[in-house]
Parts: sequence; structure tokens; C-alpha cells
Amino acid sequence: MSTTSLHVHPYEKRWIIFSIVLLIVFTAAVAIAAFALGIQVPSPEQRVDPRTVAVDPNSPWSNPGLREIAPGRYEAYILAQTWQFQPREIRVPVGSRVTFYVTSKDVQHTFKIQDTNINVQVVPGQVSKLTVTFKKPGTYPFICSEYCGVGHAGMFGQIIVTP
Amino acid sequence: MTAQTYSLSPKEKSFVSWHLLVAMVALALGTLFGPLQAFEHAGLNLYPFLQPLIKSYYQGLTLHGVLNALVWTTFFITGFLTFNVIYGLKRPLRYPTLNQVGFWLMIVGLVMAAIPILLNKASVLYTFYPPMKAHWAYYVGLTLVVVGSWVEGYGFYFTYAAWRKENPGERTPFIAFASVLTMVLWQIATLGVAVEMLTMLIPWSLGLIETVDPQLARTYFWFTGHPLVYFWLLPAYISWYAMLPKQVGGKMFSDSLARLAFWLFLLLSVPLGFHHQYVDPGVPAGWKFVHAVLTFSVFFPSLLTAFTVIASLEYGARKNGGTGLFRWVLALPWRDPSVAAQLLAGLLFFFGGIGGLANAAYNVNLELHNTTFVPGHFHLTVATGVTLTFMGVSYWLVPYLTGKKLWKPDLARWQAWLWFIGMIIFSNAMHVLGILGAPRRTPLGDAPYVPAEWNSRLLQVGIGGGILFISAILYFAVMIGTAFSKVKVEKEVEVPVAEALQPVSQTPAWLDRWAPWVYAALALIVIAYGPQLYEQIRNISLTSPGFRVW
Ligand code: HEM
Ligand SMILES: [Cu+2]
Repeated sequence: MSTTSLHVHPYEKRWIIFSIVLLIVFTAAVAIAAFALGIQVPSPEQRVDPRTVAVDPNSPWSNPGLREIAPGRYEAYILAQTWQFQPREIRVPVGSRVTFYVTSKDVQHTFKIQDTNINVQVVPGQVSKLTVTFKKPGTYPFICSEYCGVGHAGMFGQIIVTP
Repeated sequence: MTAQTYSLSPKEKSFVSWHLLVAMVALALGTLFGPLQAFEHAGLNLYPFLQPLIKSYYQGLTLHGVLNALVWTTFFITGFLTFNVIYGLKRPLRYPTLNQVGFWLMIVGLVMAAIPILLNKASVLYTFYPPMKAHWAYYVGLTLVVVGSWVEGYGFYFTYAAWRKENPGERTPFIAFASVLTMVLWQIATLGVAVEMLTMLIPWSLGLIETVDPQLARTYFWFTGHPLVYFWLLPAYISWYAMLPKQVGGKMFSDSLARLAFWLFLLLSVPLGFHHQYVDPGVPAGWKFVHAVLTFSVFFPSLLTAFTVIASLEYGARKNGGTGLFRWVLALPWRDPSVAAQLLAGLLFFFGGIGGLANAAYNVNLELHNTTFVPGHFHLTVATGVTLTFMGVSYWLVPYLTGKKLWKPDLARWQAWLWFIGMIIFSNAMHVLGILGAPRRTPLGDAPYVPAEWNSRLLQVGIGGGILFISAILYFAVMIGTAFSKVKVEKEVEVPVAEALQPVSQTPAWLDRWAPWVYAALALIVIAYGPQLYEQIRNISLTSPGFRVW
């Protein structure tokens, strides 16, 4: 075995340093967004049994919809199923802070509210939780963006944020 | 150092050719649906005309994903790697029968998976997320394809071991080294989906168990799903690093750094699958962040590749009289369709890489997950960076294997340019639509919530798809024309394998030693995946029965 060492062209050395710095900067940017600006991705919330989650009277998804927990603060329990969301329409006043709890009673779906940071995979057995504040009045469609069967393209609803 | 005299035996040539033939037939059927999907997005729904053969958009999309992303790639790659191992080591396969068994397993698997798809019993797409439940033959068939490719890989290992015994102390020739490494990466990567199939999907689809855990299944799937893209990509890199430079009259800029890049891919490409699960409810945010950081690290070997490949090309171009800071690009042999296809593929792949960086950026993904941005991105990478490169490779490899002259090289050159142009239009529109919030895997022509402001972009998706369709037709015309051509090549096509600028003997020995790298790769997987896998398996909740929703 010879003991030749790694030969690196000077230009390439510079490029390597540049690459490493670039990737460190990217990592830092993401870390700042995640920890300082508080943009969060979902984490495990709770487990449910998809076979009973829509019918068990103790399950909030047996009666999905909006609950006001404090002035301007809401919880929205959303049940995804082929090929609709329940409820289909939610109305909240502008400035409301809404925490969504979404689960599925059948296959996987995605819950995506247009023009917001809410975009989460809905996996049967799991609860997807994310919070958003609606700062502008208007209509925000929420759509399913995971293939969930032949009726998938028609699976949507809307949030109406009133002034 | 005139090592160009080695040649594959007629049997070996035909063995490799069979791989390519199956791959191309898959691509022909698979790409057919691409333009149909694109036209649908633009408001032209041709699916009613496919009844009763193809029953839905999703049956077509399943075919598109499976045939293109799984069959075309896997068959082309195993064929190309087989060629590289034999040609690179300049020795026949140690146990050709073993490789043949592997190939036949892949064929049996392919047929098994194809039947339920064609009967509309497996319209679950190529990601087959449970609890959507396909016919068992779909899962068993796909598993056999993977197992067959493993067996072919074992054939490579035996061959490599035999070569090593015959050539102690010598550096493994680059194309053989990189091909064996690609196979090792594939065998580690596919463990995830193998476990998913064997412990959940196959027994479940056979009725042996009632329920599965869809979240755990996703974790298994994406253990494989991300390194899968490196399995597609590395064979293209082999061509860019070691073959394209020769085709442009240059040399490999650095053999050592090329190997280093491949080792880093082996090391880093598996332990970052959670970046496909940023928005999964069942994976803790902390682990997602860890994988996000690791994801950035795997860009490093790609940046290394960009430098080395461009430097090799520049070296060749300047030898051909190219000058200027950028003008040398014009001195590359663009008239050679194989070169043109690969250069254009590399260029679009570069933009695909930038889009990938955005997509991988953890919280940016909140905006982009499951939007058309994602297919926009991977049509630049796998459907162009990889596919157009393989097309370019086939422009010399098929003449080499068949002994026939490439039929109408002009058409082949047009093919490459049309793919490039069509893909720019198509992919740009898909990216923009994704940023506007358009969901993927959705016949958008049919969706009630599509706002008018998307329409012009949807039209561009259709236009790009139409241009790509013409390009695909040209490709298959050239391939069929070559296969049935009566014009033989005058002498055997020279296999383009570039020499390194520095002699290979100067490559440090630690870049040609397997054990430390493979152990390190496995260790990193245990660190990055072990705790979460343990958690998720310990808390397994088998609560989902199967659904047929198509
Ligand atoms: C003629 C060229 C092509 C066109 C016009 C095209 C078009 C499309 C379109 C419009 C979609 C999105 C469908 C949807 O999300 O509803 C799609 C998905 C996809 N394409 Fe292509 N494509 C082409 C070639 C390819 C090639 C060559 C590959 C791979 C080698 C490929 C791999 C895929 C994959 C994996 C998907 C995702 C399938 C899924 O979501 O399950 N495509 N294609
Ligand atoms: Cu859905």
C-alpha cells in the first residue's frame, strides 16, 4: 500500500471552502427560522383509533368543528375522510388564533390552507396539530393535497375570516 | 496505458442489452402518461378516450410513476452497472448465472406488479402509502424487482472480489468502483422498504394481518425513498465524471475527489429521510431538524461534483481551442448527440439542485409540501438530469452493444434540445404553480377550487408536456431505427472512459478501502434513525384496515 496523500487543486480547495461555508449559512438560516422566528413543523400530538375516532362520543372528532377557548382563540377539530373535510366551512373574525387538530378516519390526506403556513400530512391514527393567526379578512380555501382516491380533486373547504 | 482494447463478449452484450430493452419499453409506456397528465392540467382531458383500458387519471399516474421512476431507472441502471463492472475490471462476471437469475427475478416481479396495475387493482401510485390497499401481487412484484437487483449486486461483489484477488494492491478502476458502490448504497437503502413490505404490506394484502400502522410505514418508506434518488443519480454521475470528459476530448480532473464524492454519498445519503416527512404528525420536530442539517451536508458531494465535472469539461474544451471565461463552452462537441444530451441534462440538474435546496429547507417545506413544486423539482432531477443523461449514454452504448450505427444522429440531437426546452417550460410552470399553492397528484382540470390566476401557468404545463412528448417520440424513433438499422459500425464503438489528469496510482489507498466507509455509513444510520425507529416500533399502533378508494 502506498501512502500517497490526497492531491487537491488550489482552485478546488477554494471551492470546497466556499461550499462548506455556503452550507453552514443555509443551516444557520433554517435554524434561525425554526428557533428564533418560531416557524414550526408538526410534532407528535396524540394517537387515536381511526376505526372509532368519528363515532366514539368521547372523541372530539365525533362532533368536528370550531370551539372558542378564549376570546379570539379557537380550536378547530377537522375530520378528513374520502373525499371531504368536516366541517367544510369555518368562520372566524380577523385576528383569531386558531389551532387545528386534524385526523383521518380512512386513508391519508393532506390539510393545506392556502396563503398560510398550514400544510400538514394527515395520517390515520395520528393527530396533526398546527396553529395560525388570521391577520387578514378574506376566504382561505383549504384543500387536500395527498392522493386519497378517485374523488380527491374535489376535496376542499374554506375558512372565512370576517372583518 | 492503451487500455481500450477490452471488449464484452456477445453474450455479455446481449445480457446488458436486455436490461436496456426492458427499461426503454417501460419508459415508452410510462412517459406516454406524462403528456396526458400535462394536457389534463391545461384543460384538455384525453382520459375518456382511454376507456376501458385505463380507467382513471390515477391508474395512469400509477403507471407513470412506477414505470418511469422504478422500472426504467432500475433496469437501465442494473444494465449500465453490469457493463461498467465488466468493462471497468476488464474481466467477465464471476458467476454469470447468478446475474441472470437476478435479472429474471426482476422480470418476474415486473410482470407480477404490472398485471394488477393494468387491471386497476393497484392504483395506489408508486409510493403505495397505506392504508390504501392494492392487490398483493403489486407488493410482491415490486419486492421481487428489488430482490432481483440485489442478486445482480451479489454478482458484482463476487466479480469484484475475484478481480481484487487477481490484482492485489491495485486501485479499482473508477467506473467499476463507482458502480459497485452504487449497488452497496442501493442495498443499504432498500432495507427500509423491504421491512415495510415484509412486515406490513405483504401479509396485510394477503389477509394474514388485519391492520397496519401508516405512520411507521411512511418512516420505512422514506428510509428508502431518499437514497433511492442517489441510486438514480450516481450512475449519471459516473457518466459525467468518467465518460463525458473523454467524449469532449478531455480528462478526468481528479480521480481522488471523484471517489471522495462517491464515498460521501454512501455515507450521507441514507440518514436524512425525515426531510420527506417534515409535515408528518408522527415524527418529532427535533429529529426533523437533525435530518434537515444532514440533508444540507449531502449537498457537499454534489457541489464537489459540479466543480470536478465542469473542470474536466473545461480542460477538454480548451484542448479543442476553447477560450475565454465562459466562451470555452462553445468549443465542446455539441454536435455529438450523446454529449449534447448530457450537457443539457447537467445544466437542468443544476437548477433542480437549487430547487431541492429550497425544498429541503425544513420550514420552507411547509409552503411546498405536496404542491406541484415537488414534481416540478424532480422532473429536473430524475426526469432530466438522470433520464436525459441515460438517453445520452444510450446514444453510444446501444451502438456499442448492437454493432449498429446510431440512426439519424440529427434527430437524436433534436431530441435532446426539445427535452431541454420542453422541460424548462413545463418545470418552470410547475414550480410557480406550487408556490401559488397548487396541489400535486390532482387532476387540476377537474378541481373546483382552481383560481383563474393559475390558468396561464396550467397552459404552460400543457405546452411543455407537448414538446416533451415530441422529444420522447424522437428518442424511441432513434432507438428503434438503430436496432433495426442495416448499417453496421465500421469498427467497434470506442467506450468513452476518461483517463485521470493525475495517474490513478496516486489516488490515496484510503479512498479504495471499503470496510471503514461502510461501517461508518451504517453507524450514521443507527445514530440518525435508531432512536426514532425504536420509538415508533415500540409504540406501533396497528389500527388501520385497508381501503380501496379508486
Ligand atoms: C414526457 C415527459 C413527461 C411529462 C410531460 C411528465 C408529466 C408529469 C406530470 C404533469 C406529473 C404530475 C402529475 C400529478 O401530480 O398529478 C408527473 C408526475 C411524475 N412524473 Fe412525470 N412526466 C414526464 C416524464 C417523466 C419521467 C422521464 C420520469 C422519471 C424518470 C417521471 C417521473 C414522474 C414521477 C415519479 C411522478 C410522480 C407520480 C406521483 O405523484 O405518484 N416523469 N409527470
Ligand atoms: Cu384527501
